[in-house]
Order: sequence, then C-alpha cells, then structure tokens
Amino acid sequence: MTPLVVTAGPVIPSYASASSKCVIENHVFCGDWISHNWGPVLWPALRQHILLTLVAVAIGFAISMALALAAHRLRWLERPTIVVTGILYTIPSLALFELLVAPVGLNVVTAEIALVSYTLLILFRNIVTGLREVPEDVREAAVGMGMTRGQSLLRVELPLALPAIVAGLRIATVTVVSLATIAYAVCDKGLGVPINTALGEGPFKTELIAAGGLAILLALLADGLLVIVQRVLTPWVAAGRA
Amino acid sequence: MNDFVEAFKFIARDGSVPGSPQLPSLLHLTGETLKVSAIGVAISLVLAIPLGLWLGHLHKGAFLAINVGNVGRALPSLAVLAIGDAFLGLGLTVVLVALVLLAVPPMITNAYLAVDGVDRELVDAARGMGMTGMEILMRVELPLAVPLMFAGIRTAAVFVVSTTTIASLVGFSGSLGDIIANEASYHFYGVLGAAICVAALALAVEGALALVQRAVTPHGLRLADRMDAKASLGDAATAGAR
Repeated sequence: MTPLVVTAGPVIPSYASASSKCVIENHVFCGDWISHNWGPVLWPALRQHILLTLVAVAIGFAISMALALAAHRLRWLERPTIVVTGILYTIPSLALFELLVAPVGLNVVTAEIALVSYTLLILFRNIVTGLREVPEDVREAAVGMGMTRGQSLLRVELPLALPAIVAGLRIATVTVVSLATIAYAVCDKGLGVPINTALGEGPFKTELIAAGGLAILLALLADGLLVIVQRVLTPWVAAGRA
Repeated sequence: MNDFVEAFKFIARDGSVPGSPQLPSLLHLTGETLKVSAIGVAISLVLAIPLGLWLGHLHKGAFLAINVGNVGRALPSLAVLAIGDAFLGLGLTVVLVALVLLAVPPMITNAYLAVDGVDRELVDAARGMGMTGMEILMRVELPLAVPLMFAGIRTAAVFVVSTTTIASLVGFSGSLGDIIANEASYHFYGVLGAAICVAALALAVEGALALVQRAVTPHGLRLADRMDAKASLGDAATAGAR
C-alpha cells in the first residue's frame, strides 16, 4: 500500500530529497544547494532586486535632475531642498518602510518610494555641485558663441558636470542595492527574501552567504559599470589626466 | 490617518498594549537603542578616526581609504547581521561587530579626505614655523578637517542607529526594532509608533552631532554655514569621483 501514499502526496518540490549531507548538517557553504536553488530561489530574487534598484535610481534621478535644474536657476531653492532630502536620507530604512505602509500599503510602491527617497539627497547635491563648478569663463564662452541658456546648459554645462553626476549615481545605486535587502519587509521581493527564509531555517548558512554575497556583488558590479559609463561619456577627463 | 492617531496614542502610553502587560516600555527600548548605537559609534571612532587622520596626514593609502568607503557602502546591513548570526550566534557582540564594520568605512574615508585636502601651503607654513608632524596634524590639519570629518561621523552614526533597529529582524533583542519585528504582539499601530520613534531618534542623533560639530569647529571656519554645505557637497562628489 505504500506506493499509494507517495502518489497522493502534495505536488511540492521536495527539497529534502535533493538535500545533501552538507545541507542537512548546515556546513559553511554547499555548492549543490546553490545549483538546485539558483533557478527557483536565487535568480528570481536577484532579478527582483535589480528591478527594484533600477526603478528607484531612474525615478530618483529624474526627480533630482528636475530639482537641481530648478535650484540652478533659483538659488534660494537649494537650501530647503537639501534640508528636506536630508531628513528623508536620515530616517532609518526600516522605519521609513513602515511609515509608508500606513498610507501606501504593503506593496512594491511603498518599497520604491522609500528607495527613491534615499537617492534624492545624494543625486541632488552632486548635480548641483557639478553644475556650479562649471567655470564662469566657459559659461561666458558659450553665451559668446550665441548659445541660448538652454543650449549652454544642455551642450556645455551638463556635459562638464557629468563626472560629479555619475559620482552621485554610483553612490546612490550602491546605497539602493544595499537598502533594497530590507524591502522584503513590505513587498516580499528582492534578495532580502532568501535572507529572511534562511534566518528562519536555523539559520541556513549557504543561503545567507549566497544571498548576501549576491547583494554585495551586485552593488560592486553596478559601481564598476557606472565607472565605465563615465569613462565612455567623458573621454576628456582621462585625456586631461594623461 | 487613523493608523497614525493610534500610533501616537501608543507612543503616549509609553509603548503599552492593552491586554499585554509584560512588554517593555518604549522609553526603555529607546534607551537600549541609544546605548547599543553609542557603543558601536564609540568603538568605530576609536578605530577609524586616528587611522583616517594619520593616512591623510601622510597622504598615503588613498586607494585603501577611499575604496574602503565604497565597499562599506555596498555591505547590506541585513546580510552582515544575518551572516554574523549564522556563524557566531546573535548577541550584543555580533551586533557591535556589524555596527563597527558598517560605521568604520565612511569615517575612515571622510577623515582621510578631510586631512588630505588641507591646503598644502598651510602645512608648509606650519612646518616653516617649526611645528613637528604631530603638531601640524593636531593644530593645523585636524581643525581644518573638522567639517568634512564630521560629515563622515554623522553619516556613520545615522547608519548605526538604522542598523541597530534592523538587528531585531535578525533576532537580536534590545532595540526599538523589537517592536517593528513583532507586529503580532504590538499590532500595526505599535509598529508604526516605533517607526516614528526610530525616525525621531535618528534625526535627534543627527541634530545633536551637528551641534557638536558646530561647537568644535574653529571660529575661522564658522564664517558662514555655506562652508559647511560646501564641505558636505565636496564629500559626496570626491568620495565617488576618485
């Protein structure tokens, strides 16, 4: 009669059958667990993490750019913007996520609002500084060539501000990758999910190292990519140094 | 908005939940959070500031001092705490190790950049007056480095408060995060109330350190708070740009 019992079992992937001695004894790192769980657990979490980060940095960049351009024209806007974004930046992530749950609910929008709010101070400061440090002579030369203010901004000032802007993007991106691990608390997405699962299982070391390691690697990789982007976009910086 | 009303009532009741008499008071947990954070910041200060100042004084180790900051930002607090928990077992020691690991990088980077960036002519003038290396560091470079160095300390302190609350998600008990991690006992209004307290605490720590910074900044540097704004702007731009 035993075969009947087996066929009547629930259709849940049995991780136990795939668990090795390594997993059961919770050794430091079990490669076989990774190969079994990359598809169902780690890759989806990593993909969600990347998406959370990209969306947050993109929206944060758009808002910061608008605020910075406004503050570039109207200098009095700079102080209040720094103060407000500074307060947002100071609020600890876990608290901000929970504070947003009340008006927004337990969903990905809450996570994104919180993540975006951490990028604003960094991006705004760097864009404003970058624009301000464009030498006055250069600005005058642009005007002398007959450029309008808009043309000067787009073709002269923003390109010259690029190193500072990309520097801000690097810090903002790395910060968001790191903070997005907490997003699981409100929307069950990202690399925080496997970390949380692993904590409930012992804690299960392999999963913690894998998920934590992926978050760190993702941050460093994004940072490296942005460095390359900057080198490509601003060839004159490297040329000037040589 | 009803949630927020209930949350403030929870705060006004000092964290008591009707029907659950055994819960620790909000004031007690706030004190514990501050205590753990203060110990973490103190240890980090002792480790990071002398090293950062000394490297900056020698103008050596730029690669180390700056990249330690970049890597530090990439470390997700949740992952650091969880891995510490898995290997060493969660207690005050592991939490403190995590806090130090996360707080030291921004402190070293900023202390280094602050001293490294002091006008070389001023240092030469001091040397010409017969000052020794130690005197130059303590009486010329350190005072001039205060604004930028403090920017790093403030960032780190806020980071520490944030991480102390996240420690509760991993299972550490003894901070305001305990309430956030325990919605079952505290209900959502308690979680929200605790989140408000955590946010207020972080802002208070940041504000208090800003006052300390003002007090220890030499008169000449206080000329205008523009200086301060510029220093923190420079911090963001340079820390990433190199």
